[in-house]
Amino acid sequence: MTAATTTYRLPVDGYGKRTTGWWGMVMLIATEATLFAYLLFSYFYLMSLTRGPWPRSGNPSLGLTLPNTILLLVSSGTMWWAESGIRRGGQGRLRAGLLVTFLLGVIFLVIQSVEYRHLRFLPQTDAYGSLFYTITGFHGAHVAVGLLMNLVIQARAWVGHFTAERHLAVTNTAWYWHFVDIVWLAVFTSLYLSPRFL
Amino acid sequence: MAISAPAAPAPPVNERLIRIWETAPGLYGALATVDHKVIGKRYLVTSFVFLLLGGIEALVMRVQLMGPDKAVLSPEAYNQLFSMHGVTMMFLYAAPILSGFSNYIWPLMIGSRDMAFPRLNALSYWIFLLSGIFLYSSFLVGQAPDRGWFAYANLTERPFSPGLNMDFYALGLTFLGISTTVGAINFIVTIFKLRAPGMSVNRLPIFIWGTLTTSFSVLFAMPALTAACVLLYLDRRFGTHFYDVAGGGHPLLWQHLFWIFGHPWVYIVVLPAMGMVSDMLPTFCRRPLVAYSFVALATVSTGILGFGVWVHHMFATGLPPLSTNFFSAASMVITIPSAVAVFAWIATIWHGRPVITTAFLFCAGFIVLFVIGGVSGVATAAVPFDWQLTDTYFVVAHIHYVLIGINVFAVVAALYYWLPKMTGRLLDERLGRWNFWTMFIGFNLGFFPMHISGLLGMPRRVYTYQGGLGWTALNLITSIGAFLFAVGVLALLVNIAVSLRRGRRAGPNPWDGNTLEWATPSPPPPYNFAVIPQVASRHPLWEDRLGEGARSVIDRGPLLDEGRETIGTSPLDAEPQQVLRMPGDSLWPLLLALSLTALFYGLLGSVGWLAIVGGAATIVCTAGWLWPTQEPATTEAVEASA
Repeated sequence: MTAATTTYRLPVDGYGKRTTGWWGMVMLIATEATLFAYLLFSYFYLMSLTRGPWPRSGNPSLGLTLPNTILLLVSSGTMWWAESGIRRGGQGRLRAGLLVTFLLGVIFLVIQSVEYRHLRFLPQTDAYGSLFYTITGFHGAHVAVGLLMNLVIQARAWVGHFTAERHLAVTNTAWYWHFVDIVWLAVFTSLYLSPRFL
Repeated sequence: MAISAPAAPAPPVNERLIRIWETAPGLYGALATVDHKVIGKRYLVTSFVFLLLGGIEALVMRVQLMGPDKAVLSPEAYNQLFSMHGVTMMFLYAAPILSGFSNYIWPLMIGSRDMAFPRLNALSYWIFLLSGIFLYSSFLVGQAPDRGWFAYANLTERPFSPGLNMDFYALGLTFLGISTTVGAINFIVTIFKLRAPGMSVNRLPIFIWGTLTTSFSVLFAMPALTAACVLLYLDRRFGTHFYDVAGGGHPLLWQHLFWIFGHPWVYIVVLPAMGMVSDMLPTFCRRPLVAYSFVALATVSTGILGFGVWVHHMFATGLPPLSTNFFSAASMVITIPSAVAVFAWIATIWHGRPVITTAFLFCAGFIVLFVIGGVSGVATAAVPFDWQLTDTYFVVAHIHYVLIGINVFAVVAALYYWLPKMTGRLLDERLGRWNFWTMFIGFNLGFFPMHISGLLGMPRRVYTYQGGLGWTALNLITSIGAFLFAVGVLALLVNIAVSLRRGRRAGPNPWDGNTLEWATPSPPPPYNFAVIPQVASRHPLWEDRLGEGARSVIDRGPLLDEGRETIGTSPLDAEPQQVLRMPGDSLWPLLLALSLTALFYGLLGSVGWLAIVGGAATIVCTAGWLWPTQEPATTEAVEASA
């Protein structure tokens, strides 16, 4: 090496928002969010072509869903609490926060399946039913994926993989979970609230 | 990272790097490799095989249409052939072949040692291969997709299409979409993070702008196709009513979703090809590309505008005039960036000293066909003209001028240009001339008359026609042209085969190119660059003669030989930020792709246990893949030129 060479130190792998894994998650969220946008486009498109009442079975009840929505939002808070814990090296806070988030997610899915039982229509009833079950089902599937990610991260948290500097997998899982919650707000607004004023 | 002193004298740097980066030998290595060069070559070969399959399907159709009232094919067989021809060419050839070039060339062009996600890259290839096999396995049961490549509802609904044909289509394209999507994410993150230090965004080759733009288009367009196909599958298998009017759905929902995807897709399969030409022409014209910034901006704006023109595929569906007029205007606006690129290419040739190689001829042919295809495109953007020509052979002529002209001709040019980098051997220039002129004449002989048969009213997708309508001679000429074109493709294959055996040695930089890939040996070693280069201009290898004062450093720089490592840089200015440790050989991508295959065959055959096993295996493989195998590390000393 000649004199025109300097030596400097770089972090290996890097962490936080500067590394490849985080960008990968951001792009995944972008394309997944677009998928929901197209599903909601389908909903409003078919609604606009329908003559007569929409939905025919009456507006979907908020009785179970409004509390469920709040529950999901709270789970975003607990996920944030877990992630900000590990940012300061708090292993206990990470484990507890992930566990609570996981339980809230499971309760959300249970309540949604209870709601399915109370609905007066099926996916085969009409286009509205097809849209309702498909969109909420897609969202439910995403919640399930978020829960699986949470499980893996919990296992890794108990093994002690994460430190204050190195917790990219936690950050990515948290971002995915927040994405699933924000998508739910779009789904909730479209399917539950919009028929009340459109 | 601890730097342990080697006990024995360290072997030469190159040997050490080869040991670090080499794929394991034997079957394990073949199945587990994550080398972007191997994956790129596999992409190229596989998509070329699909090009040949789609080509054979086309030739069989041209035999059937050679004269009136022929009965070589039954109407059902003809439907399957034209549908699979379209599906093959659009989905299994046109985009994947460009991914192949990008996969192989990108890391070399940007001075990196691999893609951002090497294992994701392998997964993308395996899913591409397996979903192609999935789609083609439909022929084994005699039920290939048969409702055209854009598969309009409600002809695709179960009452009108009771076989497995359209299930293969809906599931196969959903499956393939996973490959395209993860590939796009990989390209984007690679460009954001893995460029050599100093390669700021204003120094990117146009090819990279092209693939980067289309990768973003994939992220926002592919979900529309996935949604459309999933809803179709639900309609067919679970009795939902998305496309079924009686149940409150609407067939136009399919058309909207499909073309919101479909028109960006057209640009996805041409923008990287246009980028390749933008990078090849300067080499052969011995000067930098004219109006680099405008061409880069034109590329990006075409990608964006491509999302605002989908309704021009639906002018004849009875949409309100306000809507059709808007999309007609948007479709005319999109010609502006295309024209910018065309004029930049012409100006580059005009102001350069062109060296007429085969690759240059294909680039020049590409420009000619692009202009013809562009003109017929603007013509059909006018609503009344489109009404007249919808579903006629005029549209078939247009789509082939655009797709063969802008994709295939650019791809063949790129093969002549970059294959020597991959194999170390040049293709034969004399056979190359034959190759070019048979393809160019055959193409125009085959497809130009389709404009006329379309204007004379011949509808597309008819399996035969009567004599005496004025179409007979035109169809005969078209068939002759198609076979001549096929002879040209054959000449290309012969040329490649001969070159592999006894082609002239290429050396590192046979064309005196100006981008970084030409600074590596041909073929490049597994680690690409012995040291990570430092880029100071848009033309790192031409800095001496351009005299712009910039000095890229290619032979000195960070060595990074403590494992599979490359440099991570900042997204805009490419300032070094970190050392990225890259994964090595892994079977997870193949296992994950096989699990998904089981899942999709389970969904196809309504075999519940197979779908569940496939789904569960997918989850297990994903978790296994993501479980870390490397010890966490801290910092590493990096030597770089000041």
